[in-house]
Amino acid sequence: MSDPVRFVLNGELVEIRDAPPTMTLLNWLRETRRMTGTKEGCAEGDCGACTVATRAPGQGWLAVNACIQLLPMLHGRDVVTIEHVGAPYDDGHPVQKAVARLHGSQCGFCTPGFVMSLWVGYENGAPASPECVADQLAGNLCRCTGYGPLIEAAAAAAEERADPAPSPPDPPVEAESSLSYETNGRRCWSPISLAEAASLKAAQPEARLIAGATDVGLWVTKNGYDPSDMIYIGRVAELRRIETTATDTTLGAAVSWEEARAALAPLYPDLGELLRRVAGAQVRNAGTIGGNIANGSPIGDLPPPLIALGAKLRLVSAAALGLAEREIPLEDFFIEYGRQHISRYELVASVTLPNQAPGRLACYKISKRFDSDITAVLGCFRVVIEAGVATEARLAFGGMAGVPKRAMAAEAAMVGRPWSQATIAAAQAALEQDFQPLDDQRATSGYRMTVAKNLLQKYYLEMSAPETATRLVGRGAVSL
Amino acid sequence: MDGREPDLDLATGVGAHLRHDSADKHVSGAAVYADDAPEPRDLVHCALILASIARGKVRVADLSEVRAAPGVLAVLTGDDAPGENNVGPVVHDEPMLALSRRPALDGTYGDVHFHGQPLALVVADSREQARRAARLAQISYAEETPLLTIADAMAAGSFIAPPYRMARGDAAAAIAAAPMKRKGGLAIGGQEHFYLEGQVSIAYPGEDEEMRVLSSNQHPSECQQVVARVLGTPLHSVVIEARRLGGAFGGKESQANLPAAAAALAARLLGRPAKLRLDRDEDMIVTGKRHEFEIEYEVGFDLSGKILGLRVEQKARCGWSADLSNAICDRAMFHADNCYALPAVEIVSHRCRTNTVSNTAFRGFGGPQGMVGAEHMIEQIAAALGLDPLLVRRRNFYAPPAIAAQSPAAQSTTPYHMVVEDCVIAEIVDELAQSAAYARRREEIAAWNDANPVLKRGLSLTPVKFGISFTTSFLNQAGALAHLYQDGSMMLNHGGIEMGQGLYQKVAQVAASELGLDIGKIKITATRTDKVPNTSATAASSGSDLNGMAVRDACRQLKERLTRFAAEKYAVAEADVAFLPNRVRVGAREIEFAALVKEAYLARIQLSAAGFYATPKIHWDKEAAQGRPFYYFAYGAAVSEAIVDTLTGENKILRADILHDVGKSLNPALDLGQIEGGYVQGMGWLTMEELWWSPAGALKTHAPSTYKIPCASDRPDQMNIKIWPKGENRELTIRRSKAVGEPPLMLAISAFTAIGEAVRAAGGDRFALDAPATPERVLAAIQGRG
Repeated sequence: MSDPVRFVLNGELVEIRDAPPTMTLLNWLRETRRMTGTKEGCAEGDCGACTVATRAPGQGWLAVNACIQLLPMLHGRDVVTIEHVGAPYDDGHPVQKAVARLHGSQCGFCTPGFVMSLWVGYENGAPASPECVADQLAGNLCRCTGYGPLIEAAAAAAEERADPAPSPPDPPVEAESSLSYETNGRRCWSPISLAEAASLKAAQPEARLIAGATDVGLWVTKNGYDPSDMIYIGRVAELRRIETTATDTTLGAAVSWEEARAALAPLYPDLGELLRRVAGAQVRNAGTIGGNIANGSPIGDLPPPLIALGAKLRLVSAAALGLAEREIPLEDFFIEYGRQHISRYELVASVTLPNQAPGRLACYKISKRFDSDITAVLGCFRVVIEAGVATEARLAFGGMAGVPKRAMAAEAAMVGRPWSQATIAAAQAALEQDFQPLDDQRATSGYRMTVAKNLLQKYYLEMSAPETATRLVGRGAVSL
Repeated sequence: MDGREPDLDLATGVGAHLRHDSADKHVSGAAVYADDAPEPRDLVHCALILASIARGKVRVADLSEVRAAPGVLAVLTGDDAPGENNVGPVVHDEPMLALSRRPALDGTYGDVHFHGQPLALVVADSREQARRAARLAQISYAEETPLLTIADAMAAGSFIAPPYRMARGDAAAAIAAAPMKRKGGLAIGGQEHFYLEGQVSIAYPGEDEEMRVLSSNQHPSECQQVVARVLGTPLHSVVIEARRLGGAFGGKESQANLPAAAAALAARLLGRPAKLRLDRDEDMIVTGKRHEFEIEYEVGFDLSGKILGLRVEQKARCGWSADLSNAICDRAMFHADNCYALPAVEIVSHRCRTNTVSNTAFRGFGGPQGMVGAEHMIEQIAAALGLDPLLVRRRNFYAPPAIAAQSPAAQSTTPYHMVVEDCVIAEIVDELAQSAAYARRREEIAAWNDANPVLKRGLSLTPVKFGISFTTSFLNQAGALAHLYQDGSMMLNHGGIEMGQGLYQKVAQVAASELGLDIGKIKITATRTDKVPNTSATAASSGSDLNGMAVRDACRQLKERLTRFAAEKYAVAEADVAFLPNRVRVGAREIEFAALVKEAYLARIQLSAAGFYATPKIHWDKEAAQGRPFYYFAYGAAVSEAIVDTLTGENKILRADILHDVGKSLNPALDLGQIEGGYVQGMGWLTMEELWWSPAGALKTHAPSTYKIPCASDRPDQMNIKIWPKGENRELTIRRSKAVGEPPLMLAISAFTAIGEAVRAAGGDRFALDAPATPERVLAAIQGRG
């Protein structure tokens, strides 16, 4: 017997029984409900035209891309679309009024998505400084306005905001139970405990795990991906946790980018900025750290900094008595392109990193656009210097090989050597042994190698002459 | 002034800072775009099958699995078109669907000219079913070596048209005799439009051969012709309609024809309404983009930096078909001078045919590429002489209006022999240099650069002079239709398309000012080819110039009839009838506008008028490459400040100051929106937006994940944008305004040259920097290699 997917849409409880589990919220809204205020700009989570707000019971609003939210992921959530925010010609919401008054719409197609992102910021009481708003809007593309009026609108609306923002009522769905959804031979489970998730995976080893669907969602919208079975792990309590001890922080696999950023930015500022630049708010709210590791991408932004920090990965599987677990250094998880150290019965459960790794962690993400772009080269370095000598070096790179990888030869060229320009030069030369990067649409092999070397130089400069301005964005960036 | 402009104190008339006509609907999701229209119960959905090679012939096309897929109703190929299977806008050289069921003489089933070319159309009950089925096509090809680059095409002699030449004076001799000379050039990348609303059309079959198509389209009349051509019906049976577009930027001028014609074909053959909405990735693969250019030049100049002679060669990648490329390449030539008088000049244009998507109109229409070449040349001269580039710019400006007529041809005449009568650029540049503190900031930046080894800044001011009019002269015409109803409200229609620029509102403001009618009484309805026929594309920045005048004409006809009627009825002289805000003064009495209209109706006065406008003065002799292709020029200037990271090549625009001439603005709020949006779009083109093809000719940057347009944080932290307060069109344009759609895009050339300044400050070779200035290209230029 299939359970219905139940969620609250614009204040009204809806039950879904016969939509395919891969149906996206956007298609359901536009095609099934004929609610056309939410627009499709790209169907891959990169333009934000389809932005809607969701929240779990008792939590703040999150902007997400409806185009890559699969319906079962919404079970138990509250969803608000543009239709609910305000009607035309009424006295709309303050953000709507501000966008209209300040000429924040031209063609208007991206506008509902912008309004929803601004609405979430407004309702959550987010700061409305230009910098904060630009980040809040990094996942929304506008091709007409140049963004100025939209940034201004956020500030203008915030001036009308009561302080603090009134906390909205909880959604009326009680959904703290697992879901088993089935229609037309397609199944999707949404377990709420790790034991349940692991036994589902043991019983259905071919089932596709989904967490944020920021990757799998594109397989669906772009390639017609239509798996028989899916297991959504976004509600598994153990996987949603962030645990901090005196020495370590453990992030559950289903912790979102945004949650991870909030937890890790105070520990490692560069990592916080890197996690900000991973994607716009909508994708940071949906995408998970476990997904970014488990999919084994050579250009995932999370593995290199965690490898530089010596993080450990915990994998679980069902066993006769509860769960079988194993823990491995994160760097050992990645074997080669497309192959990871994980069996078809296992789940990535969590990753653990030290709260205060010695040396300074620096993260350098190189891409064509600063915000919400896929990395060409990511260099994450942590070198421990004692009495002028490099005693430990972890130089982890993304985009330089088929997997996220440490530059072992370059590290060897540093460790035990004086922390000097000569040592950096030796490490730079050694990078040629570590990597033979590829040419692709993001960069040529030559550029990747050159910039990887130069990033070592930048790290050296920042360590040895910290007063030097070296950053265009993020901490210490030059501004007018 | 023409002396006929009514001077009404109307809050919603011309010059008012009104918001976009649909702003309230935009912010509430209530604005209806083509895909939002209610869907008829029997609607069918289409999807394209695309070629997976760049050049060759289809050997075998097995579509049996496609036909057998769930929900599939039909698979259409080119030979299913009852008319001509061709969607080429000017030249009929673009098969709509390249696949044919019947083999050609050589036994193959269709020629493939680019990777992603539409081969066939799947029709199914749902969009999802159509898309899934389209993936099941089994197609094998006889592949040929594709010509992908400008160099490939030049070497193979592959062109869409012969080279075209414009010249004035003896450039070779002038350069030879010049005390100084330099050669230079650069490659300029293309640009994806990235309108947020992708291509979409819904076709509704009617009785007889009627076909109504709701299309996201900048050029309904051409689309009507293409749909009629494909269906083999007279034009009177096809109606194209568009209320609003979710962005276009030139990308829905000719590129919207294929979706419209394909949907219409499906609708005709199945007898049911049919929708074709491209997925974003398909849209980026299938539709044309801004032309890539390679520009080379040789310039001769004197020791003061004054240009004496210039030869320019422009090579454009047009792609596989002609599309609008000839006009685009012409416009690149028309802007090879930018604001600079060229005493002796020769410009040669090569229009390369390649096995890539057919490049098309994009805001600026070739002008931006020509202008980038001009600014590159100026920077070369400045570098050669060790002068501030701004000084070189100023020394070469066309003569200002006051002395243009008396100036020697060398100072006032373009390479195409048009006298520039309205060159206000010197004044604009002086004011901007002052307000942006150009000189002081150059010094501050030089000092800052001395103190900073890793990051370097650059500051640059570039001017814009952009020719306004379609250079295909006959296109400079427009029509309008105005109906007054008995309640005094007005339905207004014209040939222009609302694609975000606020055209409907500007034109409504024109009507409001003409009749003294509050804008709330005026409704502009969806643009339709059966209301106003034979229109031109809303393109070339012409929307409000042309349609505003046509609407004025319609309003004046109505006004004249009402005036005559009122004068007769109330026995006053026509001169004693005056239109006031929402009222009409007739002699001593004042009558509500609506009441007068009602009286006129009862007196059997015609309350409907068709307006028309044709731009005066323009002419063009293509053979001689001489004439007056432009009614006037729009001007502007920008100062950009850039910063680059010399270790990575990453860069950012920190600040932009803009002063732009829109003549007497019809709506300053909307004009400012065009200026800011144009700058940021141009900045994207010249910095981060990079199109990348695989060696096999497949576009790999076909989604916003890989093709990066500017996002909110890329906007310069400081943007100081001003409309030039002295602006007033010398020509009798609508209310002395100037076009504003395209010119501001070219203000962003200053962002590119500012990055060049920073590269120079880093000791690099700024002239090795090609566009776009991605981190990779900037780092290469810093290291002295392009």
